[in-house]
Amino acid sequence: MGSDGALPLHEGGCLPVIRFLATAIAAFVAYLFLTAGSGTIILWSESELIIGCILSVIVGIASYRTFCRSGSVRMANPLRLILLPIYAIIPLFIEMARANIDVAIRVITGNVKPGIVRVDTGMKTELGMLILANSITLTPGTLSVDVDDTTRELYVHLINVPDELREKKVVDARELFSIFNIPGWIRRIAE
Amino acid sequence: MIGTAAMICLGIGLLFNILGVIGILRFPDVYTRLHAETKMTTFGTIFLSLGVILYAGGMLIQTDDTQYLTLAIHTTIAVIALAFTNATGSHAIARAAHKSGQRPDPSVVDRLAEVKGK
Repeated sequence: MGSDGALPLHEGGCLPVIRFLATAIAAFVAYLFLTAGSGTIILWSESELIIGCILSVIVGIASYRTFCRSGSVRMANPLRLILLPIYAIIPLFIEMARANIDVAIRVITGNVKPGIVRVDTGMKTELGMLILANSITLTPGTLSVDVDDTTRELYVHLINVPDELREKKVVDARELFSIFNIPGWIRRIAE
Repeated sequence: MIGTAAMICLGIGLLFNILGVIGILRFPDVYTRLHAETKMTTFGTIFLSLGVILYAGGMLIQTDDTQYLTLAIHTTIAVIALAFTNATGSHAIARAAHKSGQRPDPSVVDRLAEVKGK
């Protein structure tokens, strides 16, 4: 889950059996979500559970090389899996709401000072980069345009570049968000 | 009660979607338009879906019919898929625009063009 750029494929990390199991369990949980409320065994019917088992084994065999490409199963840690939805619902959603109201005012007044700044992320893994870039893009007013794979820097388009960011060559990722320490949360989840 | 909350969510969602559409017409270049049309409509659609989830949850408590549980879960999955694909898609559009030579105009600073040396 999440690939380390430094690790060569299929080397290092854990056994293929564990990677297959992680993929199959993830596929089975997704199937359970899609068919909830179909019967009486807790929420699911007998036939849905059996079909779900068979399908998740097939999906696991077919896709464990892609799904667990880095060979690291650190995202199977329950604490990280619980923190991910909490992160999405509380810090990310509040940042999104604040930025949306900001951009809504700019739509009405037409007051924009756009520009592209260079952002140092400080992430060590590809998954961390993915979550950070998606968080930046989901927040209105900031849009990740390009990524530098070797230095792990993002080029971010801001709808309103504040005066103190305009002079800096490289901006820290924390300065893009005003209320929460979003990069810190992502580091706790993905690294 | 829950019906009223769902209606308020629908109202907020529609308001943000309308502002997003106005933003497409008012903003000057492709990047600022992307801000309005992708991000604000995502936020508006999250609120529309929240209205559906609240309504389905209220009906589930009232009638105990599992079709409303299915409706709520499927809407939640749709929101997750929307958030991921919208972020990735708007990033792809912005990257393609910059690669094909569209410069942010007006802009106060453009570090990417400085690095690419164009």
